[in-house]
Amino acid sequence: MHIGIDVGGTNTDAVLMQGRTPLAGVKQSTSADVTSGIVSALAALAQEHSFEGDQIEAVMIGTTHFINALIEARRLAPTAAVRLGLPATRALPPLVDWPQTLLEAIDGHSYLAHGGYEFDGRPIAPLDPEELRGIAAQIAASGARSVGVSSVFSPVNHDLEVEAGRILAEELGDGVAISLSHEIGRIGLLERENATIINAALRELAAEIVDGLAAAVRAQGIEAPIFLSQNDGTLMDEAFVRAYPVATFASGPTNSMRGAALTSGLSTCAVVDIGGTTTDIGLLVGGFPRESAGEVTVAGVRTNFRMPDVLSIGIGGGSLVDPVTGEVGPASVGYRLTTEALVFGGSTLTATDVAVAAGRAQVGDPAAVAHLDPEFVTRVLGRIADRVAEAVDQMRTSADPIAIVAVGGGSILLPDELPMFGAVNRPGNYAVANAIGASIAQVGGEIDKVYAVTPGERGALIAAVRAEAVDKAIAAGAVPGSVEIIDFDEVPIPYLPGNASRIRVKAVGDLMEAQR
Amino acid sequence: MSWVLRAEDLPDLARGATLLGTGGGGDPHIGTLLVRQVLGDGAITILDPDDLADDAFVIPTAQMGAPTVMLEKIPAGIEPTLALRTLEEHLGRRADATMPIECGGINSMIPLVVAAETRLPVVDADGMGRAFPELSMETFAVYGVQGSPLALAGERGERVIIDTGADNRQMEWLARGVTVRLGGVGHIAEYAMTGEQVRRTAVPRTISMALRLGRAIAQARAGHADPFDAIAETLASTLYPHMVTLFRGKVADVERRTEHGFASGRARIVDGTHTLEIEFHNENLLARRNGSLVAIVPDLICVTASDTAEPITTEGLRYGQRVTVVGISTPDMMRTPAALDTFGPAAFGLHETFAPVERLAPYA
Repeated sequence: MHIGIDVGGTNTDAVLMQGRTPLAGVKQSTSADVTSGIVSALAALAQEHSFEGDQIEAVMIGTTHFINALIEARRLAPTAAVRLGLPATRALPPLVDWPQTLLEAIDGHSYLAHGGYEFDGRPIAPLDPEELRGIAAQIAASGARSVGVSSVFSPVNHDLEVEAGRILAEELGDGVAISLSHEIGRIGLLERENATIINAALRELAAEIVDGLAAAVRAQGIEAPIFLSQNDGTLMDEAFVRAYPVATFASGPTNSMRGAALTSGLSTCAVVDIGGTTTDIGLLVGGFPRESAGEVTVAGVRTNFRMPDVLSIGIGGGSLVDPVTGEVGPASVGYRLTTEALVFGGSTLTATDVAVAAGRAQVGDPAAVAHLDPEFVTRVLGRIADRVAEAVDQMRTSADPIAIVAVGGGSILLPDELPMFGAVNRPGNYAVANAIGASIAQVGGEIDKVYAVTPGERGALIAAVRAEAVDKAIAAGAVPGSVEIIDFDEVPIPYLPGNASRIRVKAVGDLMEAQR
Repeated sequence: MSWVLRAEDLPDLARGATLLGTGGGGDPHIGTLLVRQVLGDGAITILDPDDLADDAFVIPTAQMGAPTVMLEKIPAGIEPTLALRTLEEHLGRRADATMPIECGGINSMIPLVVAAETRLPVVDADGMGRAFPELSMETFAVYGVQGSPLALAGERGERVIIDTGADNRQMEWLARGVTVRLGGVGHIAEYAMTGEQVRRTAVPRTISMALRLGRAIAQARAGHADPFDAIAETLASTLYPHMVTLFRGKVADVERRTEHGFASGRARIVDGTHTLEIEFHNENLLARRNGSLVAIVPDLICVTASDTAEPITTEGLRYGQRVTVVGISTPDMMRTPAALDTFGPAAFGLHETFAPVERLAPYA
């Protein structure tokens, strides 16, 4: 057995799982401190379905602690940013585009040093150890307790970044954490550097949170290893979270999508989550969310984390319906649905009223919508189905058919058959879907680098890159025979003679501790 | 009329410049940051070509190479002005103003970096009227100004002068070789000319047009108006008077290949049984609707998001995007036989002959 826990802003959900079957699930309020909410969720879970601590093989936790700390600019460590790139890159030093409040919250100082590589792997300048020791002395004097190190084209070659990290660690001692950019972001220096600095600023909090989570789990007599959910739906162990807290940032929506899919028994599907105001659509391929390709701004900082790609459109259960044209949204009565909708005695025509009139849902008073013209009702619901179908179509990556999973209170708006896509799946056990999503036990490895492709050697290069991704997944704890490549992408870099290409490979396998 | 540009204008200018990049030219985001960093609260004078003295001396500035490299290897900052100063030194004459060679993409921003640093004004004009892949594809060249001598600068303070006389293609070839050795990006100053030559050879008022286009799109979005109407209205009073909607549909297929350092390929956009096919070679070159030619280089073929009119570069094209493709007519000076020899269909190895976008088959 294993346990999945999702710590959200409002609720903490927990499920007890046997393989991929939920045995019990509970929902509790999230506590202000890390531990007590988890302690009470675990206690409630044991009441639902009793278990002994030694029967639990793993505990998987999804948490919003880290992204919330950044958004609230709280509990961030004083942080220094060191970039290798001189004599290039001086025009835009690290932290150049950060919002002032966040800069103050991390007491940010930035330093430039010689080093870095060209796109084809030639060094820009050799590393200068004396220069780095001088910077270390300034960092120590500034009181920074965490350092983010970036280097030009470190996704192509990370040697200098690793060496600089080693020198800084030697000078600054164990009390100062070092985060390296090639382990965190991808091509795009400022965005990768920003992600690295955010990671650095969260490292002290990461230690605190991991200790708290572990204490809460151990207090229930569970000695099994603890894992946290990452943005991409794979897991990381305690040691990894201490080093890379930033990888948890978007685990909330990811776990919600994965939970919805698992409870429907699907691994490749489009998840359509219809709330009161919006419909959020995400895509799962082989159980993993499709990720957004571009930059993502978090708390005012432009980064290139891998985040699940979610498309929102303005259709929800509370969306206003124009009584004449039949147009739906984007304006919505939102949380006031239960007082303002016609079926709840209000005076506003909402999408929910139309669904009730069509007999798709039994909520409120159906008599209040009996006057609606059946032709109008059919037209409005048809238009909603068309727009949702169009949005799903926009999200999918090819014209191949894909299954639809609908969740959320507003999913009553959808018909049983969606245009272009066919049957709509509606999972039953959705209340604790996030925790179920967290409990799915897989780990991954990813490579994203620029390579100069020599004519005639492209095949061998790609094979080597794929093997590197598989090795990374195994190093993260995957059972070797279970590892598969789930994503491969090669994009030539324009305006550059010499056939440089950016290659991205992602491999995923089952975690040893919970492979059933 | 001359006017003043400030940091708050940069996002709109970048959006307009991306549209004029017609699929290429590089993302101006990093250029925007470079200008903002040097400019601060300052202002840049944008000089109308009519306000230039006949004997004023203008040195255009730009970057060449792979914009993708600049996303990683950010400039030292000294390069663009160093290129300008190097050419001044070589020619023994100080510039009175700088100017873009290319109003589409990131090269809309580089002269602004120079201007913010040197306090020189920037002439409201350029030599491509859009984005093109080679330094020889300039209206300056078409109407008799030679590119050489060209000064090229790197982040270590390296300086190179290339003088190929009247042979602009050889200048492009040599400069591109140096750029690769510099790590994929070089900063250049070239096509030095007088105020009289600017008026005779440059595409006028393209900076102000890019800014107005970017602003019109933003304002239409904010006011829930149709951004394509806003683009058409803005263009009506410029030398690019015709905006033609070529197609609305969904990106169904994007096929890319790398040839000699250029990202080439084709995109297929569908709407029911109708299809628009675009061929690109860094920039969009040609569009066929249901097999018939509807727009061809040098006219602009711009792919934009249907709901927001946000321009989409060829690198950003993906399956499933809902796009509106518009054709924009280029000024008459870009459609003469001499201009078409330099950057018309044949210059890109296309067999089709040029026909103005506004006279090709309308879209029902």
